[in-house]
Amino acid sequence: MPPNYKAIAEKTIRTGLTEKFFALRRQFGVQITLSTSYYNVLMAAITALLVFLTWNTLMAGDASAPKPSAAKPAPTLVSVGYLKQQVVEPIPLSRLNVKPDDLGIAGARIASKDNNTTGKFTNQRFTLQVVDVPVGGDAVAALNKLVESGHRLILVDAPADILLQLSDAVKAQDVLLFNVSAPDVHLRQKDCRANVLHTAPDLAMLADALAQYLVWKKWQRWLVATGVYPEDQAYLEAIRRAAKRFGATIVAEREYKEEPGARRSDTGQQLIQKQMPVFTQGAPSYDVLIVADRRELFGPYLPFRTWDPRPVAGTAGLEAMSWHPAHEQWGATQIQNRFQKFAGRFMLPLDYQAWVAVRAIGEGASRARSADVAAIETYLRSDKFDLAAFKGQKVTFRKWDGQMRQPIIIADAELPVSTSPQQGFLHQHAEIDTLGIDEPESLCHF
Amino acid sequence: MRRSRIATVAIAALLCAWSTDPAFAYTVYVANEKGNSLTVIDSDTFSVLTTIPVGQRPRGIMLTKDGKQVLICASDSNTVQVLDIASRQIVADLPSGPDPELLDIHPSGSPVYIANEDDSLLTVVDLETKKAIAEIAVGVEPEGVGVSPDGKLVAVTSETTNMAHIIDTESLEIVSNVLVGQRPRFAEFTADGTQLWVSSEVAGTVSVIDAKTHEIIKVINFEIPGVQPQYIQPVGVRVSEDGAKAFVALGPANRVAVIDAKTFEVIDYLLVGKRVWQLAFTPDQKLLFATNGNSNDVSVIDVARLKVIKSIPTGTAPWGVTISQD
Repeated sequence: MPPNYKAIAEKTIRTGLTEKFFALRRQFGVQITLSTSYYNVLMAAITALLVFLTWNTLMAGDASAPKPSAAKPAPTLVSVGYLKQQVVEPIPLSRLNVKPDDLGIAGARIASKDNNTTGKFTNQRFTLQVVDVPVGGDAVAALNKLVESGHRLILVDAPADILLQLSDAVKAQDVLLFNVSAPDVHLRQKDCRANVLHTAPDLAMLADALAQYLVWKKWQRWLVATGVYPEDQAYLEAIRRAAKRFGATIVAEREYKEEPGARRSDTGQQLIQKQMPVFTQGAPSYDVLIVADRRELFGPYLPFRTWDPRPVAGTAGLEAMSWHPAHEQWGATQIQNRFQKFAGRFMLPLDYQAWVAVRAIGEGASRARSADVAAIETYLRSDKFDLAAFKGQKVTFRKWDGQMRQPIIIADAELPVSTSPQQGFLHQHAEIDTLGIDEPESLCHF
Repeated sequence: MRRSRIATVAIAALLCAWSTDPAFAYTVYVANEKGNSLTVIDSDTFSVLTTIPVGQRPRGIMLTKDGKQVLICASDSNTVQVLDIASRQIVADLPSGPDPELLDIHPSGSPVYIANEDDSLLTVVDLETKKAIAEIAVGVEPEGVGVSPDGKLVAVTSETTNMAHIIDTESLEIVSNVLVGQRPRFAEFTADGTQLWVSSEVAGTVSVIDAKTHEIIKVINFEIPGVQPQYIQPVGVRVSEDGAKAFVALGPANRVAVIDAKTFEVIDYLLVGKRVWQLAFTPDQKLLFATNGNSNDVSVIDVARLKVIKSIPTGTAPWGVTISQD
C-alpha cells in the first residue's frame, strides 16, 4: 500500500464531512427559519464543530500537501468583489418565481470555489467579498470601500443607472467591473464604458435569439403586447429590431394599461380569465403573441388565455435566457448538480451570469499567472481568452463593446426548447455574432 | 518459452495465410448512452450479435486486461458495472462515486482509475476486492483518464480547471498539473509511453504533452473547409501502436481527423456519422471503430487505406467502445 494513502483518504473523508455540515446548515437555514431558539443553539453547535473540522482539514491539508519537500510560497491572492444594489420590485405573479436572497451571489460563490480548486494547483487563492447596498443606499461609497480594501475585480448586480455611476466613479483607477445583471442595450452602445465587461446578455441578444427560433419555426407573424413602462419600450425596440433582421412581421402592437395585480384577491383568477381574451380579441391574423412586460404584471397571464389559440413568447411563455435550471446539454448536468448541492436550490440566469464572470476571472488569473487586474483584463480581452461554460461552444468577450458572446437558451418554464443561434442564420465571422449588436452597427467607442 | 511463442506466431501466420479473409473476428462492445444497453458487434462480419441491457446512461467502457469482463460507466446509475462476457450478465458494481464517465485500468489488471466528476476526485478501485482503495483530489469535473503503458503514471483531465493532472500511481501524488485548452475530455498515453495526448473539446485542440518533462510539445489545431470552427470539438483520441498515426473524433464536425503522429500534421478528415464521440482499434490495429452519438451507428475505418468502409446501426446514442480479442 502506498505510504500516504491513509492520509489522503482521511483528508478526503474529513473534507466530505465538512461539506455535509454545510449542506445541513443550508437545509436548516431554509426549513427552520422560525424556530429561532433551537435554530440558534443548533447553529452555534454546528459552527463550533465546523471551526474544529475546518481547522483539522487545514492541518491535514498542510501535512499532505502535494510537494512536501520545499516550503510552498504563500498563494497569490485574487480578491473579487460582488456589489448588489437592492431595488424595489413588484412581487412576481407566481409564487414559484420569488427571487432567492442569494440570487447571483450563490453563482459567484460556487465559481469562486471552482477557482480555488484550480488555485490549489496554480498556487492562487480567490476570495469573494459580497456587499449589499440597501434601497436608496450609497452604491458609490460601497464600491469605493471595496476598492480601498484591495478589490479591483468587481461584479455589479445593479440597475443600469447605478452601474454607470459606479463605472464613472472608478474610471481613473485600475478597476474592472463585470455587469452581471443589467440587460439594457444602451450600456453596450452609447453608454458603453471601457472598464465594464458584460456577462449578462442584453435585450438585443435575447430578442434576436428568440426571433431566430420563431423564424426557424416559421412563426413569422407576430402580435405584440406591451406594458407601459420604459423597460417594456426598450424590450419592444429589441423585438422590432429582431423582426426586421430575421424577416418576421409585427402585425399589430397593443399596449396593456391595466394593473391586474389580482393574484391574491379571491376572484382575481376569474377576472383574468375574462380580461386576457378580450385584450387579444380581433387581432390581425398572427402566429405567435410576443409579450413585452418586463415587470411581469400581466404577461404570465397570457398563455392559454388568448382569444385565438396561439403560443406566447417574449417575457412570458417561451423565453430567451442565459441559463435554465433544466438545461443539461454539454455537460451542464455537472454544474447543475454541483450548484444544487451547494446552494440548496436551482441555478437561475443571474447565478449563471455571476458564475461565468468569476470563472472568467479565474481563467484570466490562471492563464496570465497573475493576480494583477491589468494582466487579467488584457488576457480576458485578448484572442487567447476562451471559456468552457456549458453552452456547447466557448464564450468570449466582444472587443467592440465588452459583451460576452454566448449561446442563448430558448425555454418555457419547465424545459429548454432550443439554443440560439439557429443554424442557417449566417455570419461572415461567427454565427454567435448574429445575436445582438454586431461590430459594424456598434455605437460603442471606448 | 520463447520457442513456443515463436511457434505460436508461426502457426498463427500460417493460419492467416490459409484463411480467405485475413481479419480475425473480434468482438466490439458499444455503449448506447440513451439506449441503456451495449450493442455487441462481430468485427469480421460487421453484424450485430446481440444487445445487452445495462445501467442508465452507459458511456465510457473498457475491457479488463484478462479479456473476461467489460467495465461500464453507468453515469445515471452512479456506478461502474462489471459485465461478464461469457454469461453476458452484470456480475458486480464498482464504487465509482456519482456520474462516472471514463476510466482506465492499470496494465497489471488492477486497480481501475475512475474520474468522479461530482466530487473532483480520481477514485482508485481494486478490481479484486471491488473496493475503493484511494481517492485523489484533482481539478473541477475530472473526466478523461489514461494510464501510462508502464503503469507508473495516470493522467486525469479536469474539464473546468482545464488541466491534465499527472499522478504517480505508487505514491498517488500529483506530480504535475499541465494547463491545456478549454474542457479537456480525454487522455491517452502513446504505446511507447513518451507522450500524453489530451483533447480539449471547447478549445477545439489536441495537446501533445511530453510524458517526462510534462511540457506541451505541440497543440494541434483542426480546420475543415465548410465547417464552422465551433463545431470542431475533439473528444476521443487513439494513437496507433506503431506511433505512426493518431485519430481524433471531432464531435459535431462529424469527422475523424487523421494525424501524422510524428510530425503532428493533420493528414485527412474522414467523414463519419453525426456527433462522433469515441474510437477503438481492433487488436490487430487494422480497423478503427468510431461511435456516432446522433446518427445511432458506428463507422468502421480501414486504418491502412484511411477509408470509412462500413457503418453499423447500434442502439440509441452510441458513446463508448471497446474491443475484445475473441
